[in-house]
Amino acid sequence: MFTNFALIHVQVLLGGLIWTVVLSLISFVFGGLIGFALALAGVSKVRWVSRTIATYVALIQGSPVLIIMFVIYFGLPILGVEVGSLTAAGIALVLFSSAYLGTIWRASLQSVPKTQWEGADCLALTYAQRMGLVILPQAIRIATPPTVGFMVQIVKNTSLASVIGVVDVTYVGKQVNAATFQPFTTYLVIAVLYFCLCYPLSVLSRRFERAYSVSHR
Amino acid sequence: MSAIVKFDDVHLSFGALKVLKGISFEVQKGEVLVLIGRSGSGKSTALRCVDRLERINGGDIVVCGRSISDPKLDLRALRQDVGIVFQSYNLFPHLTVEQNITLAPRWVKKVDRATARAEALQVLRQVGLEEKIDAYPEQLSGGQQQRVAIARSLAMKPKVMLFDEVTSALDPELTGEVLKVIEDLARGGMTMLLVTHEMAFAQRIADRIVFMHQGRVWEEGPRTLLADPQTPELRTFVGSRH
Ligand SMILES: Nc1ncnc2c1ncn2[C@@H]1O[C@H](COP(=O)(O)OP(=O)(O)OP(=O)(O)O)[C@@H](O)[C@H]1O
Ligand SMILES: [Mg+2]
Repeated sequence: MFTNFALIHVQVLLGGLIWTVVLSLISFVFGGLIGFALALAGVSKVRWVSRTIATYVALIQGSPVLIIMFVIYFGLPILGVEVGSLTAAGIALVLFSSAYLGTIWRASLQSVPKTQWEGADCLALTYAQRMGLVILPQAIRIATPPTVGFMVQIVKNTSLASVIGVVDVTYVGKQVNAATFQPFTTYLVIAVLYFCLCYPLSVLSRRFERAYSVSHR
Repeated sequence: MSAIVKFDDVHLSFGALKVLKGISFEVQKGEVLVLIGRSGSGKSTALRCVDRLERINGGDIVVCGRSISDPKLDLRALRQDVGIVFQSYNLFPHLTVEQNITLAPRWVKKVDRATARAEALQVLRQVGLEEKIDAYPEQLSGGQQQRVAIARSLAMKPKVMLFDEVTSALDPELTGEVLKVIEDLARGGMTMLLVTHEMAFAQRIADRIVFMHQGRVWEEGPRTLLADPQTPELRTFVGSRH
C-alpha cells in the first residue's frame, strides 16, 4: 500500500541528511589531516618518501570510491576484521579525500616559488618556521578555492555509502520511494537537500577565488 | 688579515655538467671581491655554494672559520653569518616590509618585538626607505624591493654579504639607487662577494676582481685588472662590455 509523499517524509529525509553531513565531516577532517601529512611528505627531497606517497595517491585515485568501499566492507571481514557499514564508508571516503587533498595541497606548496623557500633558508629559519611563516601562508591562498571545491565532491560522494547500508539521505530516499512510489518528488527533494549542502560551498569557493585574485596578499 | 670566505679547489657538477672545475680565491675581512665572467661561467653557482644552497663535490669552502663540507656543520649558524641577495629580491609577498625584515631576527635570534622594529628602522634608514616600513612588497618599485631585500639581510648582522647580479632585473634608472646602497656598505667596511655585469660599478667598488671563465678562475687582480687584461679571454670579455 502506497502512502502519499508528505511532510513526514521530508523529516525522515532530514534525519538521513544528518548522516550525510557526519560522513562528509569525517572525510574532510581525517582526510584533511592525512592529506596534509601526505602533502608535506610529498615535497620531501628524500626520493623514496615522495615516491611512496605518489604510489599511494595513484592507487586511490585509480579506483572508484565505491570499489574501495566494497573492498573494506566485504573484504576485511574475510580477513577476520568485522567493520560496520558506517566505519567502512568512513574509511573509504577518508582514503579518497586524503589522496585528493594531498595532491591539491602538494601542488599548492610546489607553486610557491623555489626562491621563496630559498629566501627562508638563507635567513636561517628552521623547517617548521619556514613552513609556518613563509610557505604555508602563501600556499593556503592558492589551495583554498580548489579545497572548498573538493568539499563539494566529498559531500556528493557520501551518497555511495547508501549502497553498503549507511542510512544517509540517499538510503532513506530509496525507502521513501519504495513507500510512496513517487520517485520524481522523492529524488527531487533529495537533489534539493544535496544542493543546499553543496551550493554554499561553491559560493564560498568562488568568493575565495575572487578575494585572492583581487588582492594578492 | 684573515679570510672570511676561502674557496679551496672547489669542484661542482650538475650531473655530467662540470660547472666549477677547481676554483680557489679568498675574500679578506672588509674586502670587496667582485666576480665577473660570461654567462654560464659559474659565478652564481659559486656564490650559492657559500650559503650551501648547492653542495660541492670536491675541495672546500671555509666561511667565517666553518668548513661547509664538515658533516657536523651547523648550517643555521653558517647562514646567520652570511647575508645573500639575489637578482629576484625574494621578499615575502604576504608580509609587510617590517615583517620581512624582523622575521629572522625575531624567530631565529629571538629579539623582542620593539628591539626588532627599532633595528628594522635602522637598516631601512641605511637603504633610505624608512617611510616604507608598513608597505607590502607589491607596493614598492623593483629598486625599492631590492633595497628592502638588502635591509632584510643586514638586519641579521651578517659577517659577509653576497650579491648576485642584484640590479640586472631592474630598469636602468633604478639601478643607481641600489648600487649606491651597496657602495655605502662597502665604504662602511662590510665584507662582500659580489657578482655583477656592471663593469663601471665593478671598477669603482672592487678591492679585487676575479674573472671566471669556463668554471675556472681565469684571472685575478686589483681593480686595475680590467684596464690591463692579461689573457685574451678577459680582453674579449671587457671589450664586449664597452
Ligand atoms: N640547478 C642546476 N641544474 C643544472 N645545471 C645548472 C643548475 N644551475 C646552474 N646550472 C648550469 O651551470 C652553469 C653555470 O651556471 P651559473 O648560473 O653559475 O652561471 P653564471 O656565471 O651565474 O651565469 P649568468 O651570468 O648567466 O648568471 C650553467 O651552464 C647552468 O646552466
Ligand atoms: Mg648568475
